[in-house]
Amino acid sequence: MSRLKQIYGWFERRLQLEGPIKEAALHPVPRSTASWWYVFGSAAMTLLMLQIVTGILLAIIYVPSGSEAWKTLDQLNHQLYLGWFLRAMHGWGSNFMVAVVLIHMAQVFMFGAYKFPRELTWVLGVFLLLMTLGMAFTGQVLRFDQDAYWGLGIGASIMSRVPFIGGPLVHLLLGGPIIAGATLSRFFALHVFVIPGLMLLFTGLHVWMVLKLGINEWPMPGRIVRRETYIQEYNELAHRDGVPFVPDALWKDLFFSAGILAAVAVCAVLFGPYGPGGQPDPTIIQTAPKPDFFFLWLFAVLSYLPPQLETPFVLIAPAVGILVLLALPFVAGVGEKSWHRRPVAVLVLVTVAVSWGVFTHLGVHTPWSPVMDAWSGDPIPQKLVHRETPLERQGAVVFQAKQCRNCHSIGGLGGQRGPALDDVATRLTEDQLIRQVLQGGGNMPAYGKNLSPPEVNALVRFLETLKPANQPAAVDASQQAQVQSEK
Amino acid sequence: MSDGKQVTRRTLLMKIGIAMNAVVGIAIATPVIGYLFSPVKRKGAYNQWISLGSLNQFPEGQTRLAEFINPFKRAQDGDTAKTPCWVRRLSGNKFQVFAINCAHLGCPVRWFPQSELFMCPCHGGVYYANGDRASGPPERGLFQYDYKVVGGELHINAGQMPTLANEAMARKEKLVCLG
Repeated sequence: MSRLKQIYGWFERRLQLEGPIKEAALHPVPRSTASWWYVFGSAAMTLLMLQIVTGILLAIIYVPSGSEAWKTLDQLNHQLYLGWFLRAMHGWGSNFMVAVVLIHMAQVFMFGAYKFPRELTWVLGVFLLLMTLGMAFTGQVLRFDQDAYWGLGIGASIMSRVPFIGGPLVHLLLGGPIIAGATLSRFFALHVFVIPGLMLLFTGLHVWMVLKLGINEWPMPGRIVRRETYIQEYNELAHRDGVPFVPDALWKDLFFSAGILAAVAVCAVLFGPYGPGGQPDPTIIQTAPKPDFFFLWLFAVLSYLPPQLETPFVLIAPAVGILVLLALPFVAGVGEKSWHRRPVAVLVLVTVAVSWGVFTHLGVHTPWSPVMDAWSGDPIPQKLVHRETPLERQGAVVFQAKQCRNCHSIGGLGGQRGPALDDVATRLTEDQLIRQVLQGGGNMPAYGKNLSPPEVNALVRFLETLKPANQPAAVDASQQAQVQSEK
Repeated sequence: MSDGKQVTRRTLLMKIGIAMNAVVGIAIATPVIGYLFSPVKRKGAYNQWISLGSLNQFPEGQTRLAEFINPFKRAQDGDTAKTPCWVRRLSGNKFQVFAINCAHLGCPVRWFPQSELFMCPCHGGVYYANGDRASGPPERGLFQYDYKVVGGELHINAGQMPTLANEAMARKEKLVCLG
């Protein structure tokens, strides 16, 4: 024992770390901050460490080359001992990290912790969020499969919309004229050197400020933040009703971090690694590219924007969003911290969370995408055609053969781009059906050139049979007048 | 040194030292900006005439998938050096060569000969056989490459990913008359 102490003493005399570490560990924090609500920041840092360790282990094998990357991922999955597990830990670690960082941010926002004197801590946190998302996107590119390839295409297409310098920006993003080896190399440099380096620096400063400025006290309604008095009030609180950070507050952080690590491992074992999907061969076009979970909401937003709004929205909205986040502590840097007195803040958070959830849900189901194989894969339900005339059945054949099914579902199968047609005959008359088929409109292509008159006739006859048995067919105004005059 | 503002020999030397580092640093770093920006080239600088092969592969009145190797190919590109495109032969030497990339966000469009439509799997952009926009989020028709017929082979002028900033076609001869 004394031998150990001697060794410790030898190092301590040279390093002299004991003082600053003890000071940081034992500094008093308000008793109210030793709460389960305050564990997300440390959990995010634990996940960052996990990502660094698993990332290094993957980098031992991974080759960032357009022709080799996919093969090395395949080797990791299938040939190397526990390679699949490390890929799964890194992939699920990234999911958890984005989630925990967002929860941490929401909690800080709700607790008013960004207010004086912690404005800069918040600002660095915003950059850390952006870097976390940047890591998620660049990481998806390194999984160099079909989704990565076409995802880069989406990125390049968005870049090209920047006025005047769009073209050069695309070349810079791709490292050349097309998505290829040079593109992967520069995303590798970003994912492995540039962004993690900045993240470590920013995380260090972020934590340093938490130690120096103290952990935000539990917000109480009526306890107003004022620049002149806040620091004195906080110090009084921390000393009067304080506990040492270690161990009183830290034990909860440790419990939660261990839980998060275990959860990542359980997900990794149960669900396995992400992909890689199909090989990044652009000539294999039978693919429906989709981004990873945390970018699905953006994918959904992009499909709902009207064409003329798309470029302004894509270029302006993110910049405005980031500016709002950065400006927040300077606009609302003092005043109430408690959510009981900040209804607007609560409403904003709920709105953002619900919108995010709705768009993500839509992104999972992509109702705007044609189902590319519905015309050949989803049969017309038998009960719809077994009592039909030959002409109506011929119409059903036209319906399938002309890919109508890719956008219109019948019996719950088929695309959702256009309306489901199970009861179309109750909504449109024969004339309206013919016009819609020939001229299109309302986001439907015109089929006038692609269908012969007999085909249109058969198709419309078939469509007229699509209604529930107990409902009348649609009639137009003149037909209605005729019916009423006959009565 | 009692007065902080006083310039002593040592503070002067330190400032000169900082200035020397700044000068040397800038002198070394400035050309490196050129290295970083080397992928940026003038419009058309990446383009070349590339053969898509014999005209016989493209029956009249049909639209077929073709592929070419990008002229700006590097050893590490692997399969990504390949680029697909849609070739529509109207008649004889009259062609339309469409980029594979949807004009919305660059996803690969697929041709359906039965309904004579191109459909995009990403956000549901649809185009007619002549490349015009039919429906969905794209704000324009499909990108088209310039082509010429040389010695019984179809050549296109290509080399970079078509986007709204690089619309593939250099000549604007295909403008449809309005009204």
